[in-house]
Amino acid sequence: MYKLLLSWRYLRTRYIALASIVSVTLGVATLVVVNSVMSGFAHEMHARLHGILSDIVVESYETAGMPDATWHMEKIRSIVGSDLQAITAVVHVPAMVNIPVPNGRSVTRPINLVGVDDKTYAQVCEFSPHLLHPENRKQLSFLLRNGGYAPGRAAFPPSGWQHRRNRVRIERDIQRHLQPSAAEEVGAGRGSGAEEPQLTTGGAADFDPLSVALPQSSPSLPGSGRFDQPLGQKNDEVIDGDVRQPQLTDSQMSDPFGGVPANSNGTIFDPLKHQHTGVVLGIAIASTRHRDADGQVRDYYYCLPGDDVQITFPNASQKPTAVFDWFTVVDMYESQMSEYDSTFAFVPLRKLQEMRGMFDPEQGIYGVSSIQIKVRDGANLNAIRDKLREQFPATTYPYSIQTWRDLQGPLLAAVQLETTILNILLFLIIAVAGFGILATFFMIVVEKTRDIGILKALGAPSGGVMSIFLNYGFALGLVGAIAGMALGLAFVAYINEIAEFVEALTGREVFDPTVYYFQQIPVITNTATMLWVVCGAVSIAVLASVLPALRAARLHPVEALRHE
Amino acid sequence: MSSMPVGYEPLIASARQSSSQLSAFTGQAGEQPIDARSYLLAAQNVTKSYQKGRLQIPVLKGVNFGVEPGEFVSIIGQSGSGKSTLLHLLGMLDVPDQGEICLGPERMDNVSAKRRDRFRNEQVGMIFQFYHLLPELTTRENVLAPLMISQGVFSYLRHRRRNRERADQLLEVVGLSHRLTHRPHELSGGEMQRTAVARALITRPQLLLADEPTGNLDSENSAEILQILKDLNREEQLTIVMVTHDQDIARAASRTVCLREGLVDEVGRGVL
Repeated sequence: MYKLLLSWRYLRTRYIALASIVSVTLGVATLVVVNSVMSGFAHEMHARLHGILSDIVVESYETAGMPDATWHMEKIRSIVGSDLQAITAVVHVPAMVNIPVPNGRSVTRPINLVGVDDKTYAQVCEFSPHLLHPENRKQLSFLLRNGGYAPGRAAFPPSGWQHRRNRVRIERDIQRHLQPSAAEEVGAGRGSGAEEPQLTTGGAADFDPLSVALPQSSPSLPGSGRFDQPLGQKNDEVIDGDVRQPQLTDSQMSDPFGGVPANSNGTIFDPLKHQHTGVVLGIAIASTRHRDADGQVRDYYYCLPGDDVQITFPNASQKPTAVFDWFTVVDMYESQMSEYDSTFAFVPLRKLQEMRGMFDPEQGIYGVSSIQIKVRDGANLNAIRDKLREQFPATTYPYSIQTWRDLQGPLLAAVQLETTILNILLFLIIAVAGFGILATFFMIVVEKTRDIGILKALGAPSGGVMSIFLNYGFALGLVGAIAGMALGLAFVAYINEIAEFVEALTGREVFDPTVYYFQQIPVITNTATMLWVVCGAVSIAVLASVLPALRAARLHPVEALRHE
Repeated sequence: MSSMPVGYEPLIASARQSSSQLSAFTGQAGEQPIDARSYLLAAQNVTKSYQKGRLQIPVLKGVNFGVEPGEFVSIIGQSGSGKSTLLHLLGMLDVPDQGEICLGPERMDNVSAKRRDRFRNEQVGMIFQFYHLLPELTTRENVLAPLMISQGVFSYLRHRRRNRERADQLLEVVGLSHRLTHRPHELSGGEMQRTAVARALITRPQLLLADEPTGNLDSENSAEILQILKDLNREEQLTIVMVTHDQDIARAASRTVCLREGLVDEVGRGVL
């Protein structure tokens, strides 16, 4: 009884000892914060990586990919069996995008062009939630929407058909004012755009004086004048109309200014009413992020949904040559993983296959470069991967079959390693705090020598005296650890506010969204980790009090009583 | 290698020798070596020395001392005569180098530390010159400390009310009912010593060992403490051994033993 009472009284009266556990508190708080942030980071990363990638990817190393997508998909379906939830074929190819900007210049960026099937691609991986338009999030369409991109984001400029038509009209107005005679002159000369830098915002190819009068004069064109009405069905009708996606032939593609092709059925391409094949651009391809004078993060968009871009990529032949075409940006992809946002562009699978020559017109079979699989939750990914590898042996098939973890292994391992090392370092901090407790306890034992003598004179056994100090150490450790945990959890709960406060105080950005993947600092507090941290800290405190406690237990009662 | 003069060791050896001769002498001079078993607590031919650096300082050189049940004995002597050491040996705070300490028929100096801890806790009450209260505890808690030591947490909590009643009763006897929740630093010397007396009595010991109980008190408080001890001896037949250097104080006892240079010098009733 006296052990508990005295430990308790010492705890309440020796403030110097409380000072010695401040380091325990701080160590524990730091551990809590670091573990929370790191696991939040890792979790977000996992979720994003897993979201962007499908569960298992069967990828071909050939330029032309797998020759027969349907056969491969059927085979995979039969191998995976009931675990399979969704499957899609994908073509990806390194490419280059040219985004026309004012003054006749263009921004060129290397991209990873992905041909996706708009029906099934969103089933295998988390693609749709990263799109800007709410309708595209529900069901991807490569047709331009009227407007309403990125709702709730005030800074995002107006885009869509309205943006496209406004831009084209403005360009044409400027064109007419500057060169009143040009309307007649350039009827056959398409090169004029290159000589008129002011007009090239949307690409010189869009300029077409012949069609200026078309929207008003030809009510027979489907969809004309409908764009003030709500979206959805109207656009779907447009899809069926097919007029808006005139297919370009190879000869037209070779002409960089061939923006006014005649359709196969004779329709003239009119940027006011027609779009090229849609492309979903990664948002970081189409924009730059910088800070203005006030330190605010600003995005500047080179192009917006509704603008046209030119994409160049190699075809799939044995002697690859570059092919290119104009595409209309129909949406943007923002996964907030800068690596993906700055490289990925998605186009319709069939269009890419055709342009790259990946189909066999005689047999009607299409090649793809990879097949992506989603399996049901809880299925053993590695087992399925191994089964697939068995069926597609590397000796016969030049394929790589990997799970998403395999694909992102190094990144995930790096985060894991970082967490482990931080934990070790921070526990060293607590161990240092342990030595502080050790020193303080020796002092307290010396200070309490007479009291120890009294207790022994009253019949307290050595073990009892020892346990007073062990209890005391335990209590100190517990107080320190719990205070630390409370501090850490409070810090974690308000981490973004604290970051803002520190930013306001120092004028420096603590968590820079232009650098990191996340707008906010992600945190996850794991109860088991917290318990481990607290247990670790308490045991370090108890261990540190063992030596002083032994010393107290070994004191000779008579000498202790004489101690002044 | 040694800073000690070479001549010292033979000197100490001869001191030891002379002490044994002396005790033999006192034995021959009519005072028989005591039969420990007839006493409540007895020291038989006890020697004790302390190590101070490389010097071994003999403190007790063969002391025979016994206290009968119900006696009030005072041990007097100059400072350094070994009286406190003898009291510590009697209270099992220390073990003699040679000789025996017996509690009735039982030899106590060679039993386990646990047994001696229990003896200190249950059968002896001790009071000291510097009171030796625990500064973190209140008056009442200080009085209860021996019970807290002897009883585990649960048994203490079970008997909490009874224990507390006993403590309050004892504090009333020593006149401290108004100081129950005060800390030692809020008490006067006399009050602290009275608290120490109450603490010594809480386990209902057979024996009270007092080491200069009035050494730090003014005459008024000294008289009060002595009166309490005398009353305890007379009314409750509590056996008391009191160490003092003051002959006036020693007179309160029914028997006085004088220690001189580690030996019992004179034994008598009311002598000095």
